[in-house]
Amino acid sequence: MGAVLLLLVVSAVTFAIFFLVPRLGGQTADQLATQYVGKDANPESVAAIKKNLGLDQPVYEQFWNFLKGLVAGADYRFGPEATHCGAPCFGYSFKSHIEVWPQLEQRIPVSFSLAVGAAAIWLISGVTTGVISALRKGKPIDRISMFIALAGVSLPIFFTGQVLNALFVYEIPIWDSIDYVPFTQNPAEWAWHLLLPWISLAFLFSALYARLTRAGMLETMSEDYIRTARAKGLKETTVVTKHGLRSALTPIVTIFGMDFGTLVGTAVLTETVFSLQGIGAYSVQAIKDNDLPIVMGVTLVAAFFIVFCNLVVDLVYAAIDPRVRYS
Amino acid sequence: MSKLDKAALGEPDTVAPSVPDDVFLSVRDLRIHFDTDDGLVKSVDGVSFDVRKGKTLGIVGESGSGKSVTSLGVMGLHRSARAHVSGEVWLDGQELIAADADEVRRLRGRKMAMIFQDPLSAMHPYYSVGHQIVEAYRVHNDVSKKAARQRAIEMLDRVGIPEPAKRVDGYPHEFSGGMRQRAMIAMALVNNPELLIADEPTTALDVTVQAQILDLIHDLQKEFGSAVIMITHDLGVVAEMADDLLVMYGGRCVERGPAEDVFSEPRHPYTWGLLGSMPRMDREETDRLIPIKGAPPSLINLPSGCAFNPRCPYADIPKDNVTRTVRPELTEVGGSHWAACHMTQEQRERIWTEEIAPKL
Amino acid sequence: MKTRRVTAGVASVLALSLGAAACGGGGDDNDGNGGNGKKDAALTSIVNPSSKKGGTVTYEHSDVPDSLDPGNTYYGWVQNFSRLYGRTLTTFKPAAGKEGLEVVPDLAEGLGKSSPDAKTWTYKLRAGVKFQDGTPVTSKDVKYAIERSNFAPEALSNGPTYFKSYLEGGDKYQGPYKDKSAEGIKSIETPDDRTIVFKLKQPFADFDYLATFSQTAPVPKAKDNGAKYVQNIVSSGPYQFQSYEEGRGATLVRNPQWDAKTDPIRKALPDKVTIKFKVNQVTIDNDLLSNKITADAAGTGVAPQTQPKVLAGKNAGQTDSSYAGATQYIALNLKVAPFDNIHCRKAVQWGLDKQSVLDAMGGTPKGDVATTLLPPSVNGYTKFDTYATEGHKGNAAKAKEELKACGKPNGFNTILTARSDRPAEVAQATAVQASLKKIGINVEIKQFPAGKYFSNFAGVPSYVHENKLGMLSMAWGADWPTGYGFLDQIVNGAAIKPSGGNNLMELDDPKINKALTDAIANTDDAARTKAWGEIDKMVLDNASVVPVVYRKNLLLRPQSATNVTVTQAYLGMYDYLLMSSSK
Repeated sequence: MGAVLLLLVVSAVTFAIFFLVPRLGGQTADQLATQYVGKDANPESVAAIKKNLGLDQPVYEQFWNFLKGLVAGADYRFGPEATHCGAPCFGYSFKSHIEVWPQLEQRIPVSFSLAVGAAAIWLISGVTTGVISALRKGKPIDRISMFIALAGVSLPIFFTGQVLNALFVYEIPIWDSIDYVPFTQNPAEWAWHLLLPWISLAFLFSALYARLTRAGMLETMSEDYIRTARAKGLKETTVVTKHGLRSALTPIVTIFGMDFGTLVGTAVLTETVFSLQGIGAYSVQAIKDNDLPIVMGVTLVAAFFIVFCNLVVDLVYAAIDPRVRYS
Repeated sequence: MSKLDKAALGEPDTVAPSVPDDVFLSVRDLRIHFDTDDGLVKSVDGVSFDVRKGKTLGIVGESGSGKSVTSLGVMGLHRSARAHVSGEVWLDGQELIAADADEVRRLRGRKMAMIFQDPLSAMHPYYSVGHQIVEAYRVHNDVSKKAARQRAIEMLDRVGIPEPAKRVDGYPHEFSGGMRQRAMIAMALVNNPELLIADEPTTALDVTVQAQILDLIHDLQKEFGSAVIMITHDLGVVAEMADDLLVMYGGRCVERGPAEDVFSEPRHPYTWGLLGSMPRMDREETDRLIPIKGAPPSLINLPSGCAFNPRCPYADIPKDNVTRTVRPELTEVGGSHWAACHMTQEQRERIWTEEIAPKL
Repeated sequence: MKTRRVTAGVASVLALSLGAAACGGGGDDNDGNGGNGKKDAALTSIVNPSSKKGGTVTYEHSDVPDSLDPGNTYYGWVQNFSRLYGRTLTTFKPAAGKEGLEVVPDLAEGLGKSSPDAKTWTYKLRAGVKFQDGTPVTSKDVKYAIERSNFAPEALSNGPTYFKSYLEGGDKYQGPYKDKSAEGIKSIETPDDRTIVFKLKQPFADFDYLATFSQTAPVPKAKDNGAKYVQNIVSSGPYQFQSYEEGRGATLVRNPQWDAKTDPIRKALPDKVTIKFKVNQVTIDNDLLSNKITADAAGTGVAPQTQPKVLAGKNAGQTDSSYAGATQYIALNLKVAPFDNIHCRKAVQWGLDKQSVLDAMGGTPKGDVATTLLPPSVNGYTKFDTYATEGHKGNAAKAKEELKACGKPNGFNTILTARSDRPAEVAQATAVQASLKKIGINVEIKQFPAGKYFSNFAGVPSYVHENKLGMLSMAWGADWPTGYGFLDQIVNGAAIKPSGGNNLMELDDPKINKALTDAIANTDDAARTKAWGEIDKMVLDNASVVPVVYRKNLLLRPQSATNVTVTQAYLGMYDYLLMSSSK
């Protein structure tokens, strides 16, 4: 299927960036391997690591082995005995020689929780603000909302995040700490401890969505079918919500799907500011360490979410717009 | 009600005709102005007319003449804070302009309904045709969804849509242009409105379908006994249907009267122009249509005097340059036939019979 | 670019929170044991001494460790921290000031018994020490720990490999994962369960220091699963892992099998120890200031943005400016003209205004002006200043004299390297450039990425010669705090390598080489220690090393931290064996 092919291409490109490009730049396998030995990079250690990580093989073979591991699992030996890493095997970290997938499995819920909560907040606040703004176009409430939205779009997350953190964890300590408490462990704690990161992340996106919704509503409310709805004698609230908002939300659904999918793997700044151990922060560490298997894992997981969310968007879209359904 | 009293007493209004008892809709000195960044747009500037039950009023004019704005004004659909609506709209004895917005809303779709020009854009693309008809029905009638659906199917059948029980679940984009307009009409008529406003109901349709739709409206009017306002830029459309005719130019009425009279003895140069640009079955094919030269006027800066003067070939006939300085008032030129022109009756009669009529 | 933006953002946030703090006023109640102590109190004493059992010590770290596995780490802080769950043959005395540099027996009953030639070292293990599962710790477990940590780079490559280099036959042994023979490496003998004997290929009198390495913490062979061992480390210390989350943190709780009677050095006061990784440094600093955590595990000091806040504010008394055990210096390459001439080297020694360089790097919080290669926190440090100038501001007259003697009375041109991603080093280079210009030495600065500095550039003699890199920025800290641990890797001719070497001067002076070899073979501690200072002087006489700064950390101890003292043995961070908490 298209999605699988896409993921394959994504993995190949990632692989090439991390393997082929340095080699084309003149890096030898030894130099690559040196990065994964600790401070004391003596030739024997480098050689041992090079062999054990398969860096001495041709690049295409390494890629093939990676793909094979994904589908069929692979055997690795970073200790007294060889261990089997079952499919989907994203391999072992070059740096710590720990299996990548269990690490990802632990971190995906963090990133996902961050994205879900933030998304809920920004959708509700962004769309509401956008609708009110559009209906009160030019009035003070519209101007104020749009000013705040402009601030939200312009202020970087590390600023809003740090300010919120400094204010509400230290100066006026409403929160004792910002932490990830698994949802399954305690949903209330989960939400409470993620609220600040959600708000900082949502602030940026609400602003964006408020502007989008406003523009969409303004356009929709001038459509002929809105006039028809009014001519039928429908109440204004029905006209706005049932006829106006539904159409105005269609493009929002598309953008939301993409934003959400992307966000799962890329909320790096929020995760960093609030010291959350999600896959975004994990990938930054991996990139710093040049830890290819983790980078591959994160990239694939992120790509998977994007592809998955787009798929969901397509389905939702069809549910919303009958014209899409039948063509 | 003081408003009602005032109307009953008959406000001194030199232009508007007296109100007979069978008048269902009476519009008095309707003015609809819009604030825009470029200035005040006087889309409708003092229009008055009556429509009787069972009768059809045709409103004719170029785009931008204010005919659609007038009809939306009657429906109470100018909601924007930038729209200034004044005058009086009497619907079945009730004044609408000053009435509570929610009261007018309750009348919309029930007592007065509207058919729009382009049914593809005028119907919501995301809801089935049936749903939209059901919605229109249930907002004014406290009935179950099932009953409303039955009503929708019945209406679709009435407007001539084949297999209505099946098509009721179809979406607007699945209908052909003509069928969509029929569905639109079904939606407008679902509450048996006493006033039906059709705004260019056939413009978006091809010619054969146009005739069918007009016939349909005509038949339904007979059946329901509704008053109908037919808005069009095409005299041909109203020629067959209208009982009375209102010709609009630059947001004002320039000629008004029984359709027969206006067609046979038009008394305004603009009406002549409209007739000249109307395709006719009896015209010889070699003759070219005579378009009205020039462009419609700006509604922000109407030409002084007669708004039509820059395009009027006869603007210089009245003396003292009066066409360019004094706005002509509607004057009666025959039984209930009114026109606003500075030329004398005789001058107009002569020009019509000698210059215009032979060419048509 | 991004970091600069982040920094700017953080700075403005801090300005804001400073303002908020000022508005809020300093109404902090002095909870816990009170007693903030004075600034630098933890350098010489134990601050907030306590003998109360219980509480939780919480650490945060802005990064991740290379590994918490005692057999797979090189990081100083892990060496310090791992003593909570791994008992090494010897360790540094948990004590304040100079006493902290003293090596004391831990798992062993006493310090190593050396043969007269310092080539055979014997340790006797304490009786009754058990792993967390109740099995007794034997000398074989120590042997196995050394085997896996030094000889299996294919799985555990992070740690140093001194045992491999010093043990007889170390170059042949394939490691326990490949060589499955029962006897393992032959040069470590375990005649009985409590005795372990190391046979070295050359005299090595610093062996007790080597025995402090976390690599000598016992590992039961049956429980070892290589790289994964970090996830189920078997404790021999007072704490064991309750949970371990790779890259995220760990929680340690009491190890019921640990017996205080077998352990004279650990008080083990807290009931629980937690550590969290990848916490934003500013957050860590704020957590310290607001008493939320006990210590920053990295032990390298607060973020630059926090420095002014703590130094000027009411928290100044909670800071300790400790020596980081590292010296920043400039290596003058003896193979690049004109530094092949000692007078040209001396011209730099005399001419450099070190005070201005330190100021450019950030002043006192960053360190002190250095006059020796050995920093003050290393065993063997002797205070001297071969090229003493007033206020460390340089002496232009003497410099000119040397230039004349060198045959370059008008100065010369040369190149100075620096690591582009180390702002302090770049600042240092710029200040050096400005200072030397005054005596006619025109310095051009070339920057290289830190990650490849030694492997591709400054550590590659052929590259250095070809590009005429006369002056090379360098910073060095010792793996163990003795003159040998510090000097051997950087001034011994044997440390010159075709790539990745640390002897950037390419100093290969037979006298210095011999002095090093002689001293490390000398089992007389006092004489050996004295020798390091003498070698340091020889290096400075050679004039190829220009010491610039002894690096310092600006540590912050929260009010709730008890038994806080800086240990010089671990790069000037707090001693984590002592550390306890009132919370």
